[in-house]
Amino acid sequence: MTAPGLHHYLVISALLFCLGLFGVIVRRNILIIYMCLELMLNAANLALVSFSRFNNNLDGQVMVFFIITVAAAEVAVGLALIVALYRRRQTTDVHDLTTMKL
Amino acid sequence: MNALDYFFYLFAGLTLLCGLMVVVNPFSRNPVTSAMFLVLMMVSLSGLYVTLHAFFLAAVQILVYAGAVMVLFLFVIMLLDLKEEEHRKIKLATLFLGALSVGSIAFILVKLLGNARLVSDAPSAEGSTIELGLKLFRQYTLPFEIVSLLLLVAMMGAILLSKKEIK
Amino acid sequence: MNDALPWPILFLPLIAAVLITLFTQKRNGLSAALSVGAIAISFVISVILFVNAGEAAFESKINWLTVGALNIDFGMRIDSLSLLMLLIVTGVGSMIHIYSVGYMHGDPSFSRFFACLSFFTFSMLGVVLSNNFFEMFIFWELVGVSSYMLIGFWYQKSSAANAAKKAFLTNRLGDFGFLLGIIMLWSITGGLGFATLPKPGTTATVVGLLIFCGAVGKSAQFPLHVWLPDAMEGPTPVSALIHAATMVAAGVFMLCRVFDVFSLDALTVIAWTGGVTALMAALIAVQQNDIKRILAYSTLSQLGYMVMAVGLGGPPQAMFHLTTHAFFKALLFLAAGSVIHGLTNEQDIWKMGALKKKMPVTFWTFLAGTLALCGVWPLSGFYSKDSILAEAFKSGHLALFGLGVVVAILTTFYMFRLFFVVFLGKEKSQAAGHAHESPKVMTLPLVVLALMSCVGGLIGIEPFVGKQFGMTESHETLAIIAPFVHAPVAAFAGLAAVMVGFLAAMSLYAKAQTDPLPAKLQGLAILLRDKFYFDELYARIIALTQDALASVADFLDRWIIGGLMVRGTQGTTELVGRAVRFVQSGNLQFYAFSFAAGVAVVLYLVLYR
Repeated sequence: MTAPGLHHYLVISALLFCLGLFGVIVRRNILIIYMCLELMLNAANLALVSFSRFNNNLDGQVMVFFIITVAAAEVAVGLALIVALYRRRQTTDVHDLTTMKL
Repeated sequence: MNALDYFFYLFAGLTLLCGLMVVVNPFSRNPVTSAMFLVLMMVSLSGLYVTLHAFFLAAVQILVYAGAVMVLFLFVIMLLDLKEEEHRKIKLATLFLGALSVGSIAFILVKLLGNARLVSDAPSAEGSTIELGLKLFRQYTLPFEIVSLLLLVAMMGAILLSKKEIK
Repeated sequence: MNDALPWPILFLPLIAAVLITLFTQKRNGLSAALSVGAIAISFVISVILFVNAGEAAFESKINWLTVGALNIDFGMRIDSLSLLMLLIVTGVGSMIHIYSVGYMHGDPSFSRFFACLSFFTFSMLGVVLSNNFFEMFIFWELVGVSSYMLIGFWYQKSSAANAAKKAFLTNRLGDFGFLLGIIMLWSITGGLGFATLPKPGTTATVVGLLIFCGAVGKSAQFPLHVWLPDAMEGPTPVSALIHAATMVAAGVFMLCRVFDVFSLDALTVIAWTGGVTALMAALIAVQQNDIKRILAYSTLSQLGYMVMAVGLGGPPQAMFHLTTHAFFKALLFLAAGSVIHGLTNEQDIWKMGALKKKMPVTFWTFLAGTLALCGVWPLSGFYSKDSILAEAFKSGHLALFGLGVVVAILTTFYMFRLFFVVFLGKEKSQAAGHAHESPKVMTLPLVVLALMSCVGGLIGIEPFVGKQFGMTESHETLAIIAPFVHAPVAAFAGLAAVMVGFLAAMSLYAKAQTDPLPAKLQGLAILLRDKFYFDELYARIIALTQDALASVADFLDRWIIGGLMVRGTQGTTELVGRAVRFVQSGNLQFYAFSFAAGVAVVLYLVLYR
């Protein structure tokens, strides 16, 4: 174990991102897919904060601040969409949401 | 390697573990469990922020994500009154393909990071609230205001979408 | 001499044509007056120029356009060659204009006829006066256009419309060669003036032959002769003006004008082309029954003479024959027109006969024209034809000399066949019985032209043109008997030919009611009557080429454009669409996978390649 540097944080960020992506691909519940998307966003945030810290530049943190705000807005709208969708179709399984299919 | 550094490994481990639990939940197929693990992940992530001396963001992370966003998630889960998911097997092919693509991305990223010579100063930036605030209200005033508008629009959209009958 | 004088000659007819077209369509009298007035003034100016003509040629020109290094003038070249042609075109043209007033009387498109006629005169004068190839080619094409308008004047008749089309297209073929020749000449010498000469050699021969192509088309030489007989569908004055006296002479005139361009090889080809045309046309004329067609083939034959003369190195002789031919052939055509007019548009000679009493002026003038054409001493045709035969004899082309004599026999034969059948013997139809003499306005030009035909050989045309081509010999003997002194072989051969032809025609046709020749010659007569089947041959060749081209085009259209490009594009799009359709599964997870895989591939390519 060495003292944590920029590398360490970035590796954590990358792994977290991949976890989220894996969830998006594998899971079928649309709510959980949504959570996985949040996971990926947070991974990006982590990378930004660590760059900000180690490059001595506060702009990264400002960016994270904005991302958090936008993510909140996105969640609000996205969940509203999911609710509307559920009212129509009575399901949250993406395998049942295939109207676009031939 | 001082005492504070151990916190990094602690929170990093926790973050990854909880993230994994969100994706592959061995305890229950109820989405509420996943949501709770997500909250845990957020909290440990804010711990990581603290080790990066981004105190303000750590607080915001807990307030906005763990507080507001996750409450919203739980509301919705309960509003929809989701029963336990039916036991539909995840197809092996999906699993394999997902693992393949994500694995290759992870491999590329990690290998890249291993080879990269990152130019980093000594960790010096103190993410103090005062400095962040000054930057936000001086340099980033316009984006700040636009984001507030975005929140307004999102709110209106959410209200409109949640109405029972969309006309 | 006034430099500005040639310009009104050229532009007066154009002004007349424009005025008639724009303003006097409804007023026939004024139209005719404008047209006749324009050409008459042009004639007068030409005469003034001729009288004042100095020894040297002169040019009056303005810079027309400059393209890169190429300067093109719009100029007037006045030398003895163009002066002679000016006199022919405006002089004979005036006669024909006047005659047309009578002939076209009552035609619903009277004004249009005179507009076309004036426009033709303008184009023809342009060819005569132009001082460079470029200008000449433009007027050359204008002549083609106006000829098209005049042949197809009665466009309601499909035969006239077709004849106009045929004449135009056939001429185009020759003009294409002409244009190529001009372009080649330009690329070799860098200039377009008549004085520019390519260096002797194969290239020069090719240039010469290409330019000769233009003359072949316009002067209806073999193998592009097919349009001229059909062109007789136009009104008779047109046949006289264009297809006997002036336009077809343009080819010969052009050959003389650019004579220096031709190499010796090219000249040989030209001479033989002329000779073959003369013989072939004379043979065909023997078995034609349409009065205008006989004259048309006779024209072909005489043009062959002229071209042959040029090929033998004798432009003065060619121009001499051209001039005399313009007189007597215009006369013959106008007299034929008078006959047709008198018999209410009957053209078949076997439905005429015994017109001597009923149409005395026409009869006598026609006789004068016939004698002149056949070359009876001392009428004009004798001298011009003799000078050509003498040239052939002198230059050692004995084959061509013999050919010329044979053609002379045939000429006399078919002309007297025509003469006997039309004017002597018994009436062969009712119309012939009711025939009447034409009005004064028509007979007057006949008389003038007849006079010219008689004395045209004695007024020294040959030496006048000859001095431009370095002909210095001066006849000290009396002009009227000069040929017998200088070239007795040619002169006596010519006269003997006339005798043979005349006796043959008299024995066969003096009393004939029908043509006795087909019975005697059988297959040959049919071959002659059908003009050696050139039209059919060309039709077959054109049809074959067209079929081949069409099938190639059909193949391209059906398989390459329709099949490969249109249906191929459509088919490929549809196939790709069908294939891509399977990707659109509606499965969100599959989309996410594709996205992730795509990101992986892009990352790999960007970072490790």
